[in-house]
Amino acid sequence: MSYLEYSVKTVPSGLRKVLYFNWPLALLIAAVASAGFLMLYSVAGGNLSTWAEPQMKRFGIGMVVMFVVAMVPIWFWRNMSALAYALSLMLLVFVEFFGTVGMGAQRWIDIGPVRLQPSELMKIALVMFLAAYYDWLPLRKVSHPVWVFIPVLIIVLPTMLVLKQPDLGTAILLLTGGGAVMFLAGVHWAYFAAVISGAVGLVWAVFQSRGTDWQLIKDYQFRRIDTFLDPSKDPLGAGYHITQSKIALGSGGWAGRGYMQGTQSRLNFLPEKHTDFIFTTLAEEFGFIGGASLLILYALIIVFCVSSAMTNQNRYAALLTLGIATTFFLFFAVNMSMVMGLAPVVGVPLPLVSYGGSAMLVLLLAFGLVQSAHVHKAR
Amino acid sequence: MRRTPKDTQTSARKITRRSLVLGGAQLGFMGLLAWRMRFLQVDQADQFRMLAEENRINMRLIPPARGEIYDRNGIAIARNEPAYRITMVEEDAGDVDEVIARLSRIVLLDPGDIERAKTEMKRSAPFLPITLADRVSWTDVSRIAVNTPALPGITPEVGLSRAYPLDQDFAHVVGYVGPVSDYDLSKIEDPDPVLMIPRFQIGKVGLEAKMEDDLRGTAGAKRVEVNAVGRVMRELDRQEGHQGASIQLTTDYLLQNYVQARLGGESAAAVVIDCTNGDILAIGSAPSFDPNLFVRGISVSDYRALTENKYRPLANKTVQGTYPPGSTFKMVVALAGLEAGVISGRDTYYCNGHLKVSNRRFHCWRRGGHGHLNVIGALRESCDVFFYELALEVGIERITEMANRLGLGVQHDLPMSAVASGLMPSKQWKRDVRGQEWVIGDTVNASIGQGFVLASPMQLAVMTARIASGNNVTPRLIKTIDGVEQPSGAGESLGISAASLKLARDGMFEVSNSRQGTGYGARVIAENMRMAGKSGTSQVRNISVAERAAGVTSNADLPWERRDHALWVDFAPFDNPKVAVAVVVEHGGGGSSVAAPIARDITLQALYGEDPPLEAYPAKDRDRIAEQQRRLRALRPRVEKEKMSRA
Repeated sequence: MSYLEYSVKTVPSGLRKVLYFNWPLALLIAAVASAGFLMLYSVAGGNLSTWAEPQMKRFGIGMVVMFVVAMVPIWFWRNMSALAYALSLMLLVFVEFFGTVGMGAQRWIDIGPVRLQPSELMKIALVMFLAAYYDWLPLRKVSHPVWVFIPVLIIVLPTMLVLKQPDLGTAILLLTGGGAVMFLAGVHWAYFAAVISGAVGLVWAVFQSRGTDWQLIKDYQFRRIDTFLDPSKDPLGAGYHITQSKIALGSGGWAGRGYMQGTQSRLNFLPEKHTDFIFTTLAEEFGFIGGASLLILYALIIVFCVSSAMTNQNRYAALLTLGIATTFFLFFAVNMSMVMGLAPVVGVPLPLVSYGGSAMLVLLLAFGLVQSAHVHKAR
Repeated sequence: MRRTPKDTQTSARKITRRSLVLGGAQLGFMGLLAWRMRFLQVDQADQFRMLAEENRINMRLIPPARGEIYDRNGIAIARNEPAYRITMVEEDAGDVDEVIARLSRIVLLDPGDIERAKTEMKRSAPFLPITLADRVSWTDVSRIAVNTPALPGITPEVGLSRAYPLDQDFAHVVGYVGPVSDYDLSKIEDPDPVLMIPRFQIGKVGLEAKMEDDLRGTAGAKRVEVNAVGRVMRELDRQEGHQGASIQLTTDYLLQNYVQARLGGESAAAVVIDCTNGDILAIGSAPSFDPNLFVRGISVSDYRALTENKYRPLANKTVQGTYPPGSTFKMVVALAGLEAGVISGRDTYYCNGHLKVSNRRFHCWRRGGHGHLNVIGALRESCDVFFYELALEVGIERITEMANRLGLGVQHDLPMSAVASGLMPSKQWKRDVRGQEWVIGDTVNASIGQGFVLASPMQLAVMTARIASGNNVTPRLIKTIDGVEQPSGAGESLGISAASLKLARDGMFEVSNSRQGTGYGARVIAENMRMAGKSGTSQVRNISVAERAAGVTSNADLPWERRDHALWVDFAPFDNPKVAVAVVVEHGGGGSSVAAPIARDITLQALYGEDPPLEAYPAKDRDRIAEQQRRLRALRPRVEKEKMSRA
């Protein structure tokens, strides 16, 4: 269908594709990931093999994956969207029954040496499927209630499954990421106003449900909200993470304590220092300058994606690129808010920096799709 | 379907508009994050820097020394001894395997411990000491000291560990300590942080467990400064902990040793109480075990040997074991009858060898019968029929009431594990527990301490002490805690009339000192030390008709588990009671032939405080006793003249 829109002459083909590869974006990604390697080396106490080395290997593999995905025409990926969504959904149902429990949540599938996290895949598959849906849907039907209800269902289904695991962080990411694609596709403002007021109502209901038998979220999630609202209440218990994270971050000052000189993360006062809380170590050792630099790198990635999407006439490609950029934004925004005490601790890693293979590979795959959209743009 | 160029343009314009809105919102949020970062890292940096400094100072606990336990003379029963362990610091050692290989050439290392140490080493920082071997001897420590240059990173460290110098004499009383287990922690509501120290020892059974709170002490703490990688740079200050309270027992270590040695390999228990104040002078349960084995970590085979032994060495039979008291219960029935006014000292019952109650024959132990007997005679010859008749008139409720007054069927408050309350049955009890009505035969059985009646050796000793003193004597095991004298167990008068008590005591005197008395064979000759006792032989089986026909009536022909329990209680000296003794020999046979001689030896030992003169014994026993004294003297512990530090 939509590949017919492309005039074969205006789309690069063959080796020429390599020229149209978005090299600056790839460079930005590599820069962020390198900051990650530095930090992983540092939190391991100067040990390369603990975290930094496996992370580098995964990044290498991920970059190859990104390149390969980028070389495949975007219309192929468009036709794969529904399948990717269906597969991810099936895997989510599968982990519900056969998954391995880790850190109090059901998230993993063990396939030999690979540990797969279907909720990670779903973040991308959902954006792909929604973009394909709006590409297929005639423009005038976009705000029609029936055609709004379908994507809502597409979003809510995996969100519920992920929430049940329970993985609050991913659920928020799916919901907001999916919503963002709907917003970009041009769904009427009023729907979003309604949903936001509904969400406020839901939050109110969640707090009302506390202690009753229809309690909507788990006790530990309530405790996280409590300690978020007032971390000093329980500084050695659940509020520990937030308090210690703020101490580490704040003690960094302007220029930081110097590489490998951060005391807080190394003395094990910091929890999860190589995953969710890795930003605090960076901010402690490199100070405000380091933290702000990373933020600027992230901002540049977003800007590159948005500008690529704005110049892309293909609806699927544009929506996909923006959806992935928004999901990426949500990743680091939620993580940073969390470690800075602006949001409760929900367990979202810092993208491209935190240690973890599943997240890294899926992110680079997603950027491969962004690259594919960029390469196969009609020029 | 192909989208028209117009549609494509509309779509692109819409997406551009919306992406600018969304992108703008994202950039705005990033600005918020940057502003927050600036607030934390620039505006509040000083405050957080200060908090971070506090984080660099670590608190480390110093384990307290455990309170020590002494006997009444200040001889150590449980004390803390330096225990050496070998530790290794990975980064100092260099080649770990080589150093361990060299070390194993000079001291014996357990391969399991080494494996554990190596895994621990991988997980922890390279500058932290890892224990390679625990509880090594001083010889090994000096060997290591000599070879220090060849053993980089190896240091012997000293800590305190519990030791029981008197080995098995106090195993059941004091119990033992062991490292805190996860199971121990799960039972404690809010565990003291000191329990988290690796290999910290807490009381597991006996007094060590019961008095844990007093013995443990309070942990000290030191504040240390750690550098960026957690290495201790210097100690900032130190607050010493307090040693646990030292506990002095009422027991006498020599008498205790004698009791354990005299019981020997029998499955038996003996209790010696001071009648005047309730002090437990000795409390022995045999066979015993070495508590030091448990502190070191007992081997599986040793442990199995203890648990599979049919004599149950791990059980503290003095307070945990309950036995039918047999004829030692007859004083209770006599006192109940006298106090109720059912009989007087002159009243007699006639014994023809049996009593028929509701179509059932209850035999006296003497088939031919005793003829007419008063209460003193009935006690002396232990006539069963007399007490059947008496019990039927007094009724079980008044007997139970008297038994409770004398300390039977009630739990004595003693700091030992699993103190049994025994059993004094009543009509209500049988209805509640057995779901059956009380029948008259139950009263008859109870009158001679059989049937449902159960008592521990401790309870029997308390009963005897109360009969001897007439006071509500309560047993006391702890003399002082941290030098503070604990309340005496002397007790008020029981309110039993002097006349009744005199009849019961006279009866017991006759048991030991009259030619017809059942305990005459184990009497004391010395005029001022004469004892008054009562034997008991309690059946653990019913002799079947088939067995009687086959002629199996002698205990010696039966397998051990089915033989009678041999019991004996006594107090002495008769004129001025000082000590009360109870002895139970499980499946030992006859009370007067087996338990009484043991009890007499223990009684005399307690009264003289040393080996009694042979003149105290009947002439024909003296050679045997002299030989026995020689044999038991060899088992006496040699204690260093090291007395309590705080008395």
